[in-house]
Amino acid sequence: MSVNRRNFIKALGITGGALLGTKSLNAKSVLRDIEMKSILIDTTRCEGCQSCEFACAEANGLPEPIDEPIAGFIRPLQTEQFTVVNCYDTSKGEMYVKKQCFHCNQPACDAACLTKAMNKTDEGPVVWREDKCMGCRYCMISCPFEIPKFEYNSPTPRIRKCSMCWERQQKGDEPACVTECPNDALMFGTRRELLKEAQRRIIESSDIYTDHIYGEQEAGGTGVLYLSSVPFDELGFNTSVQMASFPALTKGFLYSVPSVFILWPMMLLGLYKSTHHEESNDAGGMQ
Amino acid sequence: MNSAESIRVSTLKSKRSVGQFLLDELKPKGKFFTPFNIISVPIMVLGLAIIIIRFWKGLGSVTNLSQSVPWGLWIGFDVVTGVAFAGGAYVITFMVYILNIKHYQPIVRVTVLNGFLAYLFYAGALLLDLGRPWNVINPIIGNSFGTSSVLFLVAWHFMLYMFATLIEFSPAVAEWLGMKRVRKILNSLTIGAVIFGITLSTLHQSGLGALYLMAKGKIHPLWYTEFIPILFFVSSIFAGLSMVIFEGSITYRVFSHKVSADEHKKHDNLLFGLAKICAGTMFAYLFMKLLILVHDQHLALLTSGYGYWYIIEVVGFVLLPMILFVQSLKTRNVVIVKIASLLTLIGIILNRLNVTVIGFHWDAVVRYVPTWMEIVVTLAIIFIEIWVFRWIVHRMPVLDKVSSSNSR
Repeated sequence: MSVNRRNFIKALGITGGALLGTKSLNAKSVLRDIEMKSILIDTTRCEGCQSCEFACAEANGLPEPIDEPIAGFIRPLQTEQFTVVNCYDTSKGEMYVKKQCFHCNQPACDAACLTKAMNKTDEGPVVWREDKCMGCRYCMISCPFEIPKFEYNSPTPRIRKCSMCWERQQKGDEPACVTECPNDALMFGTRRELLKEAQRRIIESSDIYTDHIYGEQEAGGTGVLYLSSVPFDELGFNTSVQMASFPALTKGFLYSVPSVFILWPMMLLGLYKSTHHEESNDAGGMQ
Repeated sequence: MNSAESIRVSTLKSKRSVGQFLLDELKPKGKFFTPFNIISVPIMVLGLAIIIIRFWKGLGSVTNLSQSVPWGLWIGFDVVTGVAFAGGAYVITFMVYILNIKHYQPIVRVTVLNGFLAYLFYAGALLLDLGRPWNVINPIIGNSFGTSSVLFLVAWHFMLYMFATLIEFSPAVAEWLGMKRVRKILNSLTIGAVIFGITLSTLHQSGLGALYLMAKGKIHPLWYTEFIPILFFVSSIFAGLSMVIFEGSITYRVFSHKVSADEHKKHDNLLFGLAKICAGTMFAYLFMKLLILVHDQHLALLTSGYGYWYIIEVVGFVLLPMILFVQSLKTRNVVIVKIASLLTLIGIILNRLNVTVIGFHWDAVVRYVPTWMEIVVTLAIIFIEIWVFRWIVHRMPVLDKVSSSNSR
């Protein structure tokens, strides 16, 4: 026998593995032995000096911010402002929170993009590529944090958002905001290192921190991690966001597509044959 | 007799030059200053002007779209609702070509034509909404296949389905041009196109709903469910058929001279058959709606403002027309069928807009309301579609010569 049971099972395993292989696209950086880079933001250390905002504007060629964080007033991210510091009145006094793209591990915007313009790089940053984008704004519909901004008043509009200073990173530099932060509120490193560091701070100073790292699980894990001394809903965070990744929401539908594409035509052809059986006998005698 | 006539026509046509023929055919037939023309022409001109401004100054100059509401009327109504209304084409071709129910044969061509034009114009409206339309070739030519995107699937399906419906309709074009041999070849492609078309429709009707699956948390919980794709698919069946009923009742009146008295009578009978299918699928749809409502434990939300709105949609524009459809079958009353179909269409508009626009960021302080310009462009697209439809029906064998064109 050429095909014995063991070989058959082996073949089955290889085929199955190959089929499953397509599933693990998100883990391709693991295969390439690259660890995703992340930023840890410690809101207890932030004093709202806006150094990060100015650094960001300079690094990305954007206009300098003209307003300051004031409690009770939310400054939104804009097409010309990739990071913004807001002030919140909390149970422990005024707190400052820096906001920018979360660089999710499995980004909704990346899964939504039909041209791969929105792209999760192996190194972690989620970047937008001008030559691919067709401006459909499906990334904006999908992003649970509503980060991507669109230039509505331009005939050649772009999607604008933080790229975690992807170009600087390729040269071996840190993101500009991290470099310029005078209070060490921002820390750059691999996601694994930063998670450890965040856990260390929570354990060593349990009187300061709430026992939660925002971004560890949220939306399937994000590339920007936050520490806080108050519950995160007091700091304007989306605390109702699901813990599973967002692309998982459309996975079921997308996986059903190939089966429908195979089963439907076969079923329809079968139905067609069964309902048109007699006619083939009386050769076109239908009227 | 009919075939003899068509041969005569074809020989007549072959004597004239192609250019002369096209020129003659482009001329309007009938009176120009009809009430419909007087209303539609200014709106189309205005719509085109707005489209020029949109491409010159950007989307923000004519729409109320914002950073938090990136998709408005043009997507929610033109594309999502328009495609649901075009669902009749795949349902009717399924019944006629696959199930071989000859009863519905007289309306196949007009339905497929409507389907094709709806995709051409309403899905075409998608191009207006794209910020960078010149890059629309990227997902087509293959230098950037975003295969994990539902929109990728929907975009490809729109395109392929347009070809499928074009092939399904093409024998009528060949007849018009008097090309007998071409017609025979095109006819032989019909079954393949139908099977392909039904498969595509199943996937992109549900795909339009699946687009919004990742907007979890942004859509009101009464409308967000993981079953949006299935609800969109099932509702596209009765949405499409209601459109067939509604459109048919207008078309058969406007083009009355093209339809024989016998066909008129048959058409009424045919409507009852469609009413029956509508009632059946609406019952299934309502049952699913109820299951989802109970299973998601959203009953408490029904007493809120949006809850009442939900009840109006489901009871007033799904349950009520369903009952009317059933009632019409008992009393054999065609008027009730038409009223029910109109209510169903309103219900579909409500449902699609509730998912895509009204329920989107329902809790936001500043709500999206379309500008008058967005509405004018939408109307202009509808009118252009009707103009093209009218042009074709006047010239090609869509409603008339039905018996001869169907003998394959």
